[in-house]
Amino acid sequence: MIKLTADNAFKILTAIIAASAAIILTINAYTLTGGSMPVLQRFGAYFFTGTTWNPIEGREMFGALPYVLGTLVTSAIALLIGVPLSLGIAIFLAEMAPKTLKVPISYLVELLAAVPSVIYGLWGLFVLRFWMQNYIETPLSTYLSWIPIFSGTPFGLDILTGGVILAIMIIPTVASVSREVIDAVPDSIREGAYSIGATKWEVITHWVLSYGRSGIFGAAILGLGRAVGETMAVTMVIGNAIGPSAMPTSLFKPGQTMSSLIANGFLESTTPIEKSAYIGVGLILLLLSLLINIAAHLMVTRVLKIKGGAVE
Amino acid sequence: MVAVVPLLSILYEVIVRGAPQINFHFLTNSGLEGGIGPAVQGTLIIIGLTSLVGIPTGVLSGVYLAEYGDNKYAMSVRSINNVLTEFPSIVVGITAFSVIVLGVTGSYSPLAGAAALSFILIPIVARTTEEALKLVPTSIREAALALGVYKWKTTLLVVLPSARAGLLTGILLAIARIAGETAPLLLTILGNSYFFQGFNAPMDALPIRIWIDARQPYLNVQAQGWGAALILILIVLSFNIGVRVASRGRLAR
Repeated sequence: MIKLTADNAFKILTAIIAASAAIILTINAYTLTGGSMPVLQRFGAYFFTGTTWNPIEGREMFGALPYVLGTLVTSAIALLIGVPLSLGIAIFLAEMAPKTLKVPISYLVELLAAVPSVIYGLWGLFVLRFWMQNYIETPLSTYLSWIPIFSGTPFGLDILTGGVILAIMIIPTVASVSREVIDAVPDSIREGAYSIGATKWEVITHWVLSYGRSGIFGAAILGLGRAVGETMAVTMVIGNAIGPSAMPTSLFKPGQTMSSLIANGFLESTTPIEKSAYIGVGLILLLLSLLINIAAHLMVTRVLKIKGGAVE
Repeated sequence: MVAVVPLLSILYEVIVRGAPQINFHFLTNSGLEGGIGPAVQGTLIIIGLTSLVGIPTGVLSGVYLAEYGDNKYAMSVRSINNVLTEFPSIVVGITAFSVIVLGVTGSYSPLAGAAALSFILIPIVARTTEEALKLVPTSIREAALALGVYKWKTTLLVVLPSARAGLLTGILLAIARIAGETAPLLLTILGNSYFFQGFNAPMDALPIRIWIDARQPYLNVQAQGWGAALILILIVLSFNIGVRVASRGRLAR
């Protein structure tokens, strides 16, 4: 039996408060699984493989496939564009930038992370949309419309714009983590490479990046996690298609991600089964993002641990 | 360099399109009179409520993790906190909607909004508190304990105050983060054209005002959205820049 002194009481009190994390997790998990039960029981596998989304009472059909794919495709575009840019920034900051540039640039990149996502959305809707439509999509569609992914009329509010805005939003995360990873590469590796006559370019691409590759991979996955969960900015630029037409078959088509579907439809849903369908989409989204984040953390911490061993 | 273009463009557009809107009338009147007063008020209320619940909870969790956190229980709390900080924010909105809007208040409510934002705030504050407290040298704790001060008093009166700069930085950044959260608020406080109507009625907030205004076809309403965006970005960036300037001043000394 522990004696109840003021010290023990304080320890127990803070321990109880620390349990708030577990409580929050439990409430979320319980609500989402409980809330999505009706739709999972009624539609079973169709909920994951179907494409129809019909909330009309008596004729309900809920299939979440287009939105799962929409999330995956926009996030993939975000990675394709965002990761090379972020790596460029990270390499520049870690290996090349003079001290006078290092601080302001890393600071600006951090500010990019601080901008609220609804403001990205506003900017995307009124500014980026027209850049995309006029300078990128129209030329692409004029010359390459015979490729299926470039078919359709470029309107600016589509899957590609959604992916591009996500790419911008993941840059701060991916850049700062990759920079940490590159900083963690021991100098002996660089010195060894230089001493056998490698150029700076070769040192970075052949040695530094390959030494830190699993950490950089982790950084990219961390960015993927952020892209998957992002809501407002994507909702405002993706065009918000519904049902089979939301299948991401072309970059220039309006699409829908899981989170934008919820943001658009959840409040207008009227029947319990429809609400349950949205909660079910939320559950898929949660599981996907948890999976991605756990994988990313495992990869990043493994690399940073190696650093600990090497520096000591 | 390319990465800086979007940031500069966002700042430029928000300032150029938002600044002409800003005046005293715009900030204090309701939407019907061409202002964003309810949104400003709502954002302040929601930040206040969330901080009231979230900051003490987060800080005390962090105290536990830093001061007594050498066991399996603390390890699992830490990893749960890590998981929570990566939650898609709209999922938190769904939960707060299901639990509080449907279960407790029976309507859209600032309380549900505050609950959703606390879910986001608590794990962040817990983590930054733990990090800040771990930076306090053990010798300071030992000195206090050697004088015969109880451990809980040492923690509250010696360790927390010596970590106050780090604590404040973490808390301000966390508040800046939740001030811009939109998705969870959308599902919990809904938005409202009128000023605060009580704890069981919908309420407005800046991010929601931006979202609603941006979707309207009327140019004057969209312009109000840009004005709201300018106010929001000023709040968020001033927190961030303020923290940065303050901590740099300390390091230089």
